[in-house]
Amino acid sequence: MNPFRVHKGRVAPLYRANVDTDQIIPKQFLKRIEKTGFGEFVFFDWRRRPDGSLDPEFTLNQPRYKGASILVTDKNFGCGSSREHAVWALADFGFRVVIAPTFADIFANNCVQNGVLTVALNEAETAEIAHRAQAIPDYELTVDLEQKKVSDSQVFTANFSIDDSIRHRLLNGLDDIGLTMQYEKEIAAYEAAHPAIGN
Amino acid sequence: MPEKRTLFEKVWDEHVVCVPERNPSLLYTDLHLVHEVTSPQAFDGLRMAGRGVRRADRTVATVDHNIPTEPRGTPILDPIAAKQIEALQKNCKEFGVPLFDMDSPDQGIVHVIGPELGVTQPGKTIVCGDSHTSTHGAFGALAFGIGTSEVEHVLATQCLPQRKPKTMLIQVNGPLPKGVTAKDIALGIIGKIGTDGATGHVIEYAGEAVRGLSMEGRMTLCNMSIESGARAGMVAPDETTFAYVKGRRFAPKGAAWEKAVAHWRTLPSDPGAKYDKVIEIDAATLAPFVTWGTNPGMVVPVNGRVPELAELKTDADRAGAQRMLEYMGLNAGTPIEQIPVDRVFIGSCTNSRLEDLREAARVAKGHHVNAKVRAMVVPGSQSIKHAAEQEGLHKIFQQAGFEWRESGCSMCLGMNPDILQPGERCASTSNRNFEGRQGRGGRTHLVSPMMAAAAAIAGHFTDIRTWQFN
Ligand code: SF4
Repeated sequence: MNPFRVHKGRVAPLYRANVDTDQIIPKQFLKRIEKTGFGEFVFFDWRRRPDGSLDPEFTLNQPRYKGASILVTDKNFGCGSSREHAVWALADFGFRVVIAPTFADIFANNCVQNGVLTVALNEAETAEIAHRAQAIPDYELTVDLEQKKVSDSQVFTANFSIDDSIRHRLLNGLDDIGLTMQYEKEIAAYEAAHPAIGN
Repeated sequence: MPEKRTLFEKVWDEHVVCVPERNPSLLYTDLHLVHEVTSPQAFDGLRMAGRGVRRADRTVATVDHNIPTEPRGTPILDPIAAKQIEALQKNCKEFGVPLFDMDSPDQGIVHVIGPELGVTQPGKTIVCGDSHTSTHGAFGALAFGIGTSEVEHVLATQCLPQRKPKTMLIQVNGPLPKGVTAKDIALGIIGKIGTDGATGHVIEYAGEAVRGLSMEGRMTLCNMSIESGARAGMVAPDETTFAYVKGRRFAPKGAAWEKAVAHWRTLPSDPGAKYDKVIEIDAATLAPFVTWGTNPGMVVPVNGRVPELAELKTDADRAGAQRMLEYMGLNAGTPIEQIPVDRVFIGSCTNSRLEDLREAARVAKGHHVNAKVRAMVVPGSQSIKHAAEQEGLHKIFQQAGFEWRESGCSMCLGMNPDILQPGERCASTSNRNFEGRQGRGGRTHLVSPMMAAAAAIAGHFTDIRTWQFN
């Protein structure tokens, strides 16, 4: 996994509450057995009309948000299914940061696993960013994980808090499984002390 | 460690392998359930890193999401779905993971067969690459959904680094009124606390109404914990739990059984144990519910109306509601009982167990599905299907005009050919009414099995409390 330290990028607003993972990546794309190539299917039913053509009304299809790498959205983003495909799709589409007031638990975990940073800001700050992203052409933010700070080139800055261990892992791009395997001795001891009941 | 601990804390404490420096606790997993959709990339990851499955003996796999519900042996027409199923077969073989395959008499929805086989037991930690893993909490297990990277992590190490969630007690006081089921408790709770009301928490369900539920009902209730954002839902094990587990294939036997039960009896929360949040609900305020919007928190009693925007609780709800009404093709103020349905789906890991089918059959008996409605019953597993057929439930359904199908997830998420057409409206016993969940443009209303059966017959939602049972 690539380390995440400071990221600067264009911001795309999708300012809706409770965006569920069924919307981020609809079920018909979960049949693929690869991890890559999900980007073109992200928000499929919102991005595309029933005939398959791009819906120019949908935010992410507007030319001004092309190449955006920071998504700003409303509360409870990523609720619903545990499908990690949702994060694979967002990341493959080019998003490295999602900003929202709150995130669903499993989705947020899945983001960490893929080097995507979820930044929880309060509702006023999130709304302000969404507003600026709509009002200011090519609106960019700098997300600094070392300083735990989000800022634009003007006056907006906001600090965020993040679990220390997650921050450490992202900053260093650490392999989660490798970390756990360092505790092989403890795991083996646990297993010896807790033989399975029943099966 | 506090002197008085909750059920969750006891199970948690028992599974902490160690607390690594600057990292969350390493939690041991007793049981890992695997299905075809969220596992192929995890097995690939293992292969790429040259890792094996640490405890294949604590891993159980089945196929459920993709498979057709036509008679078994019908070829899978979708080549990509077929490839995913083959991938699981190949992976299970290569890594030695037991698989309950398409042709197995034990195949079924992963959250249905775990309890049936007796691998789901009180006090266990259970994970699966599926958010409805919360179902298994009905047994007093700590069971939660994980993503594919975590599936790989558990396959490789049998452990997961986990931050300790907060605790929430939901106490449902008093007995359930007539016509109100476990599904309605679940919908009532989500309607009250919202789809993020329990984010970051493990819920413990308690109170007279919960104690009175069968294991099937408790599973329905815990199943939908994730719909309020909870990490997991749990019910303390009791005699009902032990009676259900006893004698199942993988349940402990003989002296091991006695020992297990003695341990399980120590699990219920100590009197006076503290929770981060406590919510009390008077069961008498619950009704047979119907969802009207595109998330499971948009709930009204069947004798109510589609709400006016002004009646909604938060700004976000109001902002989303207009979009929901448009998507659902509904007008604010419409009485729920006047909403006609095109399709009815009785199934899913929420409501496809024998008890659910019995209740639906009781409603259907001696009636006929409305001429404008297509209704299907999809048992959760092969053994449920078999048991239902032994009782003749399939005859009742078929005579009433319901389709009787093979087991699988089916129209709960429509990964197989069972989907809604754009604009079709469905009364569904599943757990999610998200946009497009049951098919692009499809309109899903979540209800209990009895309510679904009644809607199929009436052709519109109807209050089960006034139903004419034959
Ligand atoms: S029945 Fe539905 S919710 Fe349950 S596991 Fe299958 S797809 Fe998921």
